[in-house]
Amino acid sequence: MAKVLVVTSGKGGVGKTTSTAALGAALAQRGEKVVVVDFDVGLRNLDLIMGAERRVVFDLINVAQGVAKLSQALIRDKRLESLWLLPASQTRDKDALTDEGVRDIIADLRTKFDWIICDSPAGIERGATLAMRYADEAVVVTNPEVSSVRDADRIIGMLDSKTVKAEQGEQIKKHVLITRYDTSRAARGEMLNIDDILEILAVPLLGIIPESQDVLKASNVGSPVTLNNAGSQPARAYIDAARRLSGETVDMVVPTEQRRGFMDRLLGRRAA
Amino acid sequence: MSMNLLNLLRRRTGSAPVARERLQILLAHERGLRSQPDLLGILREEILAVVSRHVVLDPEKVIVRMDRGDAVSTLEVDIEIPNGFEKRLKVAS
Ligand SMILES: Nc1ncnc2c1ncn2[C@@H]1O[C@H](COP(=O)(O)OP(=O)(O)OP(=O)(O)O)[C@@H](O)[C@H]1O
Ligand SMILES: [Mg+2]
Repeated sequence: MAKVLVVTSGKGGVGKTTSTAALGAALAQRGEKVVVVDFDVGLRNLDLIMGAERRVVFDLINVAQGVAKLSQALIRDKRLESLWLLPASQTRDKDALTDEGVRDIIADLRTKFDWIICDSPAGIERGATLAMRYADEAVVVTNPEVSSVRDADRIIGMLDSKTVKAEQGEQIKKHVLITRYDTSRAARGEMLNIDDILEILAVPLLGIIPESQDVLKASNVGSPVTLNNAGSQPARAYIDAARRLSGETVDMVVPTEQRRGFMDRLLGRRAA
Repeated sequence: MSMNLLNLLRRRTGSAPVARERLQILLAHERGLRSQPDLLGILREEILAVVSRHVVLDPEKVIVRMDRGDAVSTLEVDIEIPNGFEKRLKVAS
């Protein structure tokens, strides 16, 4: 049965789009049929991170308004044939997307895919509520830092009250994904503890993604980090997270400072 | 052993415990407000109803505001009453 997953956070810039692309690709690599949907109307970026920006013809709003068929707007990934993208529109009109429009598109996508992953815009306004509205599960992305955790708590409150699932008296399944985890700051006790974050938010942990140059490199070339450098620390953490989403039990790896090799030190290279 | 001790010492000096405590206090408060999402709206309606029993009011001129302080919070109720309301009071009684 198809699963609708929203990747959300409240606070901006915490890693929602990066995580949507990485988790989507990791699930597709496992043979699941996946579509990643960009809900960030007016500020679309998922196309760029997926490396499909030059192939966008129609978008989410075109489909919602009946201007284009869903099949015309869906873009198939060039590397993974079971991975698809539904881009957002660049329109300035935030009201162009309606509740009914989203409902119909999600219902249609459910018949075609195993996973529908919705990349939410930041904030708690309309765009964010529409992105979570029809979700079965949610990945709440947070950084180990106070304002991000506070916003995550707010979003969790909304997931429990403003989604269709919640209104029907059901529980929406929630996961916390901690991203941009800085291992050296963690070692110095300057960053919120993982255990503290989990205790405060009271939502199970999906994964810990380290702060890493590999994420930036992947975004530069337009490839989800799980595809661009599958052996890197952040990619391995995302791949484990995707396995947990599919129901596997995988031991949690807390990222640690990577030792610099002798040559790296000699040449003054920074650890990734 | 020595590594653990080092971590313990570091933890004491780091700013993370302060962050945790501030968050816990703040979120306890914010969750309370959320479970009564429109507390101010409800207060406003009821205050309006009580005062309107005695005075003719413009509902727009009833303002209810909550301010959160460190130790206590204050509830501020600002009701604008048109001049000459005493007359209307007499008529009513
Ligand atoms: N693990 C990471 N290591 C290093 N940089 C990261 C990591 N995760 C995300 N970033 C960087 O942080 C920035 C914001 O990431 P991203 O666009 O995924 O966040 P977002 O939550 O989607 O933002 P918005 O709220 O604007 O949609 C990007 O420059 C991205 O490359
Ligand atoms: Mg984004």
